[in-house]
This record gives sequence, structure tokens and C-alpha cells, in this order.
Amino acid sequence: MNATSLETLPLAVRDLNVAYQSKVVVWDADFDAPAGKLVAIVGPNGAGKSTLLKASLDLIPAASGSVRFFGLPYRKARHRVAYVPQRESVDWDFPVSAVEVVAMGLYRRLGWCMPVRHKHREMARAALVKVGLGDFATRQISQLSGGQQQRVFLARALAQDADLYLMDEPFASVDAATERAIVEVLRELRARGKTVVCVHHDLPTVPEYFDHVALLNMRVVAQGPVAEIFTTENLRKTYGARLTLLEEAAQAVERARVAAQHRS
Amino acid sequence: MNRARALSILGIVVVLLGGLSWLVRARDSHVGHSHGTSGKSITDTAIEWPSRDRIWRTIALTDYNTRVVFAGVTALGAASGLVGTFLLLRKRSLLSDTVSHCTLPGIGIAFLIGEAAHLSGRSLPLLLAGAAVTGVLGMLAVVTIRARSHVKDDAALAIVLSVFFGLGIALMVVVQQLPTGNAAGLSHFIYGKAAAMTSSDAKLILIASIGAALLCAALFKEFKLLCFDATFARTQGWPTVLLDLALMGLVVAVTVIGLQAVGLLLVVAMLIVPAAAARFWSHRLGVTVLLATVIGAVSGFVGVAASALFPKLPAGAVIVLAAVVCFAASLVFGAERGLCKRWLEQRRVQHRVARQHLLRAIYEWCETCSQPPGRDAVNLLDCPVSLDDLRRANDWSEKRLRQLLRIGFAERLIMLNDNRDAVHLTAEGKLEARRVTRNHRLWETYLLQYADVAPQHIHHNADEIEHVIEPNIVNKLEELLAGREGAALVPADPEKPRVVPLRGAGL
Repeated sequence: MNATSLETLPLAVRDLNVAYQSKVVVWDADFDAPAGKLVAIVGPNGAGKSTLLKASLDLIPAASGSVRFFGLPYRKARHRVAYVPQRESVDWDFPVSAVEVVAMGLYRRLGWCMPVRHKHREMARAALVKVGLGDFATRQISQLSGGQQQRVFLARALAQDADLYLMDEPFASVDAATERAIVEVLRELRARGKTVVCVHHDLPTVPEYFDHVALLNMRVVAQGPVAEIFTTENLRKTYGARLTLLEEAAQAVERARVAAQHRS
Repeated sequence: MNRARALSILGIVVVLLGGLSWLVRARDSHVGHSHGTSGKSITDTAIEWPSRDRIWRTIALTDYNTRVVFAGVTALGAASGLVGTFLLLRKRSLLSDTVSHCTLPGIGIAFLIGEAAHLSGRSLPLLLAGAAVTGVLGMLAVVTIRARSHVKDDAALAIVLSVFFGLGIALMVVVQQLPTGNAAGLSHFIYGKAAAMTSSDAKLILIASIGAALLCAALFKEFKLLCFDATFARTQGWPTVLLDLALMGLVVAVTVIGLQAVGLLLVVAMLIVPAAAARFWSHRLGVTVLLATVIGAVSGFVGVAASALFPKLPAGAVIVLAAVVCFAASLVFGAERGLCKRWLEQRRVQHRVARQHLLRAIYEWCETCSQPPGRDAVNLLDCPVSLDDLRRANDWSEKRLRQLLRIGFAERLIMLNDNRDAVHLTAEGKLEARRVTRNHRLWETYLLQYADVAPQHIHHNADEIEHVIEPNIVNKLEELLAGREGAALVPADPEKPRVVPLRGAGL
């Protein structure tokens, strides 16, 4: 949490406060995404997980605080950051094909008024292949299943070829095949030294999918490596004393511990 | 590919507009002193039914005034269809209605300014400039109310629309009581009067249309992104507010130049109806935009033709009606989303499912007849099935049974016995019954075994499991089925069927 970490971290959030009218949503949040890690942001519903991402990306105004991407404000580091919004954030009944949506990830690189050329369509197609949708490139997007739509969004982010990927609930209500495809993509990104921050809602899969975790309930309760931070005690602090949830979490914690021993 | 499409769209639009501008210019080169007469309305020679000569003159565009109006209104239709598509996809359709109503006070104010400055109060550019100013003000008012207060979107639109329109009506009454008595034509802006268009008006419309087309072509990709996912556009650093302003500016421009032809009450239809109609025909944005442009242009053309032939008909209303006819036709016959297409698809699926039900029901009945179940594959399917048993075993209604049998007879899959109370499979029917039942059971097993990935592979058109699933998995499924009681494996390659002569079959 010192000055040098601010210079180098892919994402560093300090004292972030966000409020909708008078209702505080994110309160004095400090959050770090270390380079080359898969980071999960977990917390109960309404804890401000998506808000934290959106405020970092200047999509909603923050009341106070500072956000640095690779030591720079967002508008200067934009080309190194890719954002995967929630699938429900757009109307999929739109007259474009999957590959056209993915090509949107390249628009910034194309610049004003320049059309998408063959080369870019090929890049977009390659991104679709990576998420297992190579056969669906020309399919109109409303004819894709929910999971496939989620993967189209992921492919659009891959096409951007960023260094930091911010994903808002990529695993929300997707089929098993999509979940596997996404996990595979995340691991490949990590292998290439990229950083991924996911808003995540499914506690049991946290130890399996992620390296780092930030527990958020308006403020960041705890953050760090999953093995250290993802404990029953911390989860109780984040979620309160809801029993079923805690049981589930306890099992997940146990699995994480075993997995950690196994690795070492 | 994409660039080619964008270029072809641009090309067609420019050729269209260029042709129209040639129509207007052609007269100017022939007769230099047309300014005095060009303002003469084609309705001045009102007659009830067009003479043959008049029809010919209208169609051949020999009459200069008709030509002017044709060019102007067709260009307007094209431009509004083009801009309207983006407006529709941005989900701001009603904003254009509000904007058009907000232009009325601007017209009144511009007229007053013109009178005060001793210009001709009827100068069109001045009036349209006034209209544009209050149109933009109205739009900004909506945006501000939406952003700064808890008033909901629809309420904001309704409030701004009624306030500005009320103000405009009040101004109109004041203006018409002025002693100069110059204001008689202002009400044309409410209901539209295409016939009153002069060549300079038409040129104004043409220039504005070409400008709108060029801007849309240049910002095609940007507008696409804005309409699909504005949030993502913002994270990418696109100035979405500016792009929105550009789009809304185009809407104001088209509205303002459309005031004279169709009037402020109906101009919203010019923007939205062609775009909505085009949406039924294509899932591609470029094609949709192009179609909307063409539908808009055709509607404009038809409207002016009708009002040239029947001077009592208001062009504005006919233009909108022509667009609505296009919309209705698209709604029913649209190639991608039309009702007919959906209905046919539905029918096809129902038919296929019914056919499969019938064949499987007969197969399963035959299976229960033979002992042990399914092992005697050779003569298994010769067994006749009583209609009553078939109906009861499957819980079908009489109607459903008749429906299914009709399909079976029509495709010569089954034949009625001599007693007319039982059916048996024809040679073709046996093959089909085996195939259908086998597929069904394999799919069923697949769903059970691979529950996590199966749903995305099952598709209504994927009849044949081998077309979708890898062979080694199919083999495994067959092994699984072979070991199962009850619903046993259906032989994949049955013996060559005996050729049974087909008898006439029918209910």
C-alpha cells in the first residue's frame, strides 16, 4: 500500500466513496489488483461490487477517492483495460452478428470513421474461436443462448488485447459449457501475464477459479491471496451470520486449504 | 466486406439524391427566370379526377413544379428513413415526436422577427432556423429534466411536448392577428403542404438530406456502437454525449426540413415507420438502414404522386399512409421477423414433432407386443396397431389422432387395415420409425449422460444425432442403451425392407 505499488499495480483504488443520491454504496474502499493474478470481488447482493468497477471506469461519478490503472488515471490507461459488462446491460435484439459485436472491441484502434476491414474481422473471428464460438460468428446475436452471449462479450474484451480485464459477473446464470470456456480463457490470460478482476457471486468456486479475493460489503472487509483471506471468519464479517451461506463457504474454505496443501 | 457495404450504401444514397438534385437543376438551365412562377402550387388547378394528360405529365415528371416536389419529398423520405433507423435502435423514437412539436413556437418567433426586421416573414430558411432552435431547446429540456429530476422519461417527454406545442399554438394565433396579414401559410407547418414547395425549398431539403447521408455514412460504425452498447463505448473513450448530440442533431435537421412536406404532427412517422418496417427484413444493420432509406423514399414518392393526381389529397398524410402500408406488409411478410415466417416455422416444427410422435408411438406399441421386448427386430414392425389402443396408450384425443394419422397417410408411412380399425407401417414407415425412435432414444440418453453440455447441442433442426455429436460418443450411447430395460436399442442398420405394394390409403 505504498507509493511504488500505486505506480505499478494494474488497478489500485484508494478511499473510494460512491453514493447514489444520499445512499452510500461504496464506502472508503481500498482495493488492489496485483499483476498477473485472477482476482475475485465477492460480497452479498447490493454490496457495491459492480459499482466499484463502474466507478473505477468513470462510468458513475465517485464522491471521493482515487483510482489508478498502471499508475495512471483511467482516461490515460484506457487502451490497456478491457471491460466486460453484465450481459443484461444491452438489448440483444439488435441487427448485428456475433463477429460484429466482437469487432467493436477494435473500434478504438480503428479510430474515427474508419470502417472494419477484413483484417479486423479475422481478429474478431479468432477471439470468437478462443471462447468456443467459432461456428457462431455470423449468427445474429439474439439467436445465441445466454451463455453464448456472455462469451461474445468476453471475446470482445479479448479482441481488445488489454493488460487488465474487468468483468462484471461473467459467470452469472451461464451453462456449464460456458463456465468452463470462461475459466479456460481466464487461465490462459493469467499464463500470458494478464490481470483479471471478476465480480463473482458463487462462493464455492472462488478457491478453484481465483488466486486473490477481495471481500466487499460497502467497504473492503479483507483482500489478499485466497488461501489467507478466504476464511470462515472473514466471510462472516462480510456476509453476516447467515447460516446456510456460511456452511457452504466453510466447505469451500476447506477445499481451498486442501488444494493449497496439494499445490505446495 | 464491411467497407464495401458501407460504400455501397453511401453510393446508392448519393446516386438517389444526386438524381433528384439533377431533376431540380434541369429546369433552371432551361428557363432562367423561373423564380416568379416556381412558387405556384400544383393545387391551383384543382380538379376532381385527373385527366389522362395529367397522369402522363405526373408520371413522366414533365411538369416542373411536380418535379421539384417529387425531388424534395423523396429526398426527405430517404433521409428520414436513414436517420430514423439509428433513432429507433437508440430507443429514442418518442423524442423525435417531442422535438417536432417543439418546433412550432420557433416558427412563430422567427416569423415575428422577420416581420420586425421588414424581411419577408415567410422566408423559409429563417422559419426553419427558428424551428430548429426551439426543437433543440425542447430536446435539451427533456434531457435536463431526465437527468436532474425524478420525473420519468415518458412524463418528461409529455410535459415538454405539450408546453412547447401550447406555446406554439398561442403564438400562431397572435401572429395571424397581425395587420400585415402575411401569416396565412404558417399553418402548413402543422399539417404539411408538400405542394407549396418551391425549387429553393427542394434544394434546401436536398442539401440537408445529402449532408445527413454523408454524416451517417461517416459515423456508421460509431452510431452502431452507440446504439448497441453506449456504456462500453464510454469505457472505450468514445464521446457518447457528442455522438448522441450528433444523432439528435440529425433528427432535428430531418424534422425541420420535413415540416413543410408532412407537417410537424406526422414527421415522427417519417422517421420511425420506415425504420420499423425495415427491421422485419434483415438482421444486418447495413441492410436495415438501406431498406429504411428506400422505404422512406418510396413513401415520399407515392405520397407526392397521389397528391399531384388528386389535389384534394394532402401529400403528408398519404406519405405516412404509404409508409404504414410498407410497415404492415413487412410485419406480415418480412423475411426475417415477419409473422408469416414465424408462423411457417412454427408449423414446420409442429409437423415434424407430430410425425415423430406417431412413428415412435407405433414403434413402441409394436415393441410391447413382441416378447422379449425389442429383441425380435426382423418382424417386429409388421404388427398392426389398433387405432383405439394407439390413442389410449398415448393419451391422445380423437382430434389429435386424426391429425397424426393424416400426416402418416399423406407421407405414406402407415396404411389402414382392411377393417379400417388398425394401421400398420409401410416399408418406408418402418425405416422412418426405426430412425426416429433410435434418434430419440440416443438423444434422451445423451441428455441424461451429458446433462451439463447437452442443452446447447440440441436443436430443432438437428434430427440426426450423428450430425451433431461425435461418432465415438454415439457409440458409447448405443452401448448404454443396449444395456437398458424397456426402451431398448433400436438397430441402426435394419435388414433391407421387404417391398410392400402401396395400397390407396386415406381416412
